[in-house]
Amino acid sequence: MSELATERQIDRSKMHVGSDVAIQINNMNKWYGAFHVLRDINLTVNEGERIVIAGPSGSGKSTLIRCINRLEEHQQGDIIVDGTELTSDLKNIDKVRREVGMCFQHFNLFPHLTILENCTLAPIWVRKVPRKEAEETAMHFLEKVKIPDQALKYPGQLSGGQQQRVAIARSLCMKPRIMLFDEPTSALDPEMIKEVLDTMIELAEEGMTMICVTHEMGFARQVANRVIFMDQGQIVEQNEPEEFFNNPKSERTQLFLSQILGH
Amino acid sequence: MSDISFVRTEMLPEKEPPASTVGFIGWAKANLFSSVLNSVLTILSIVLVLFVLSGVLPWAFQSVWNASSLTECREILKATYGEHHEGACWAVINDRWVQLVFGFYPPYPIDPTMYLGNPPEGAWPAYFRPIATFVLILAAVAPVLFDKLPRKMLIITAIFPFAMPWLMWGGTVWFPVAAALGFAIGYFAFKYLADIVGELAGLIIAVVLPVIWWLFLMGPFADLMQSIIALDIPVVESRKFGGFTVSIFIGVVAIVGSLPIGIVLALGRQSDLLIVKALCVGFIEFIRGVPLITLLFVASTLLNIFLPPGTEFDIILRVLIMVTLFASAYMAEVIRGGLAALPRGQYEGADSLGLNYWQAQRLIIMPQALKISIPGIVSNFIGIFKDTTLVSIIAILDPLGLTNGIRADAAWNGIYWELFAFIAIVFFVFCFSMSRYSMYLERKLKTSH
Ligand SMILES: Nc1ncnc2c1ncn2[C@@H]1O[C@H](COP(=O)(O)OP(=O)(O)O)[C@@H](O)[C@H]1O
Ligand SMILES: [Mg+2]
Repeated sequence: MSELATERQIDRSKMHVGSDVAIQINNMNKWYGAFHVLRDINLTVNEGERIVIAGPSGSGKSTLIRCINRLEEHQQGDIIVDGTELTSDLKNIDKVRREVGMCFQHFNLFPHLTILENCTLAPIWVRKVPRKEAEETAMHFLEKVKIPDQALKYPGQLSGGQQQRVAIARSLCMKPRIMLFDEPTSALDPEMIKEVLDTMIELAEEGMTMICVTHEMGFARQVANRVIFMDQGQIVEQNEPEEFFNNPKSERTQLFLSQILGH
Repeated sequence: MSDISFVRTEMLPEKEPPASTVGFIGWAKANLFSSVLNSVLTILSIVLVLFVLSGVLPWAFQSVWNASSLTECREILKATYGEHHEGACWAVINDRWVQLVFGFYPPYPIDPTMYLGNPPEGAWPAYFRPIATFVLILAAVAPVLFDKLPRKMLIITAIFPFAMPWLMWGGTVWFPVAAALGFAIGYFAFKYLADIVGELAGLIIAVVLPVIWWLFLMGPFADLMQSIIALDIPVVESRKFGGFTVSIFIGVVAIVGSLPIGIVLALGRQSDLLIVKALCVGFIEFIRGVPLITLLFVASTLLNIFLPPGTEFDIILRVLIMVTLFASAYMAEVIRGGLAALPRGQYEGADSLGLNYWQAQRLIIMPQALKISIPGIVSNFIGIFKDTTLVSIIAILDPLGLTNGIRADAAWNGIYWELFAFIAIVFFVFCFSMSRYSMYLERKLKTSH
């Protein structure tokens, strides 16, 4: 784990936490069959917040953020995203998914489409944007993630780091208000981690609301305004990064941090 | 300085490969004579191939193309090649190829008596309708097979499922138009009702409405339109269909029909809706558990028992339905294999971008699943096309069925190999083309990644 994500100075001028609530999770419970995977989750995320979720493998981090865009269904409690409650109503689910972008550990790009097509597909079909406009937007975001020259290649021809940046651009093309990241760098070679983290930092600098599951503690320290520690399906501790890393309260957190940071 | 330390001071130049690995001799040495066993096998194989060819080639090429009967054939063979030469009598193909291709389809169906003799006044060229059908098939399939062709040609592809049966059977043009209207009804029902009554209810309505239309309203509608604006061509009855025309007709309908039905069945089998899933699994397993011959017998005889007395249900139409359903069940399983091979992440990627189920299936899942399944799909196509010869058992005169008639003719009584060899060669050409196309497609889709 790289202690410092980047050498670059972070511009905090636009990184401020608003007063509007972006995501509200109340007493949420989820089971896989009989297995109680998420227990009594309560979480309020304000607009502009940058939250890092950490915790041991199998603690339910992925499941939690996948509930936020209904890739997984919760059985109890409420999840309200941008004012829309997630129920089995397909309309609400579609509405939430349009506002929430997501990046996965294994990118999940569409291998049969070019990079450009990957980026324009959802805007054209879901947001009904004209093709030309969608392509312009896509090129804009591909430039932002610094791979405009790869637009006509296929995902299989790109490196892992490039693919993950395309995945980020693809989500951004939908102009989401919230971005979810599920271990975006853990399938990458060390030299590619930085380029992806840099992209995420830029996103944070523009004031995007972000929830990142990651073990990049350097990124958490520099970018997050709140770090959440999960274990056994529960939120065990949450705090500002400074406090969280320097002064962890729970024993589980201390143990986890000592393992991951290697002291 | 320790022993393991090493620094290259001079880079190595490029060298020619050793002579024994290049050229024909190198290739033969490496592949045919690399060991004693390999050499023995090579020589044995060459001897075997030569032996077979020495039998087949003189038979096939020292043969007779022009004769009016088998007896005449034999005499010519004896006179040309001597007493003991066994030669093929291709004259039978020369004499009967029109029948083998078109069956008893009337060459000039321009009036109700369906002229069979000389061309009547002002007639289209002989066999215009079946030939037009072949051309239509080629024009409809070409833009699907080769994406370099203009996309406008896909209009032909869209019209072809309705135009082809009409060209073959004839009758009023309002009938295929009415059939196409059924699809339009389904489409618009889904488009406008799905928002009001919900996706699932909209889908059910979009299936039920067209079925009602096809079963009860389409016939009267076509009759009504025909009485207002008469647009029709002479009817040709199903029992006149035959030869390669009927093989291709059944094969093409089954191939074209089985792919979409197979996709729907494969999706249904994966569905969360229990009833849909049970229906699809039941259908697939039932069809796969029953031989095609049995289904064809059901189509030709048993169905009459269940249908109300007096109903006319065309025999070719029944066969088309049975063969298509049969092919669909196999297609569904092949496509299911392709679906299963896709990683879950593809579904999640599509979902997280807000694509709905049908968009995800059409744009993300199916293109990839079908691509994975290409070899299986084409194998199925080839299988279906060859299985069309089974219809000869229920007295449809496909090429195999026609051979009985030809051999019963006094002139060609006793002929055997030539007919079957000819039929085999024609089938081989079709099936081999499909196989090569599938390889081309696989290669093309692979390099684009
Ligand atoms: N689809 C599933 N069905 C059953 N159990 C699952 C499923 N997905 C995850 N789990 C289990 O739920 C727990 C939490 O998984 P996950 O949220 O992926 O953890 P994390 O992302 O923190 O490593 C794990 O014990 C995992 O085995
Ligand atoms: Mg995880």
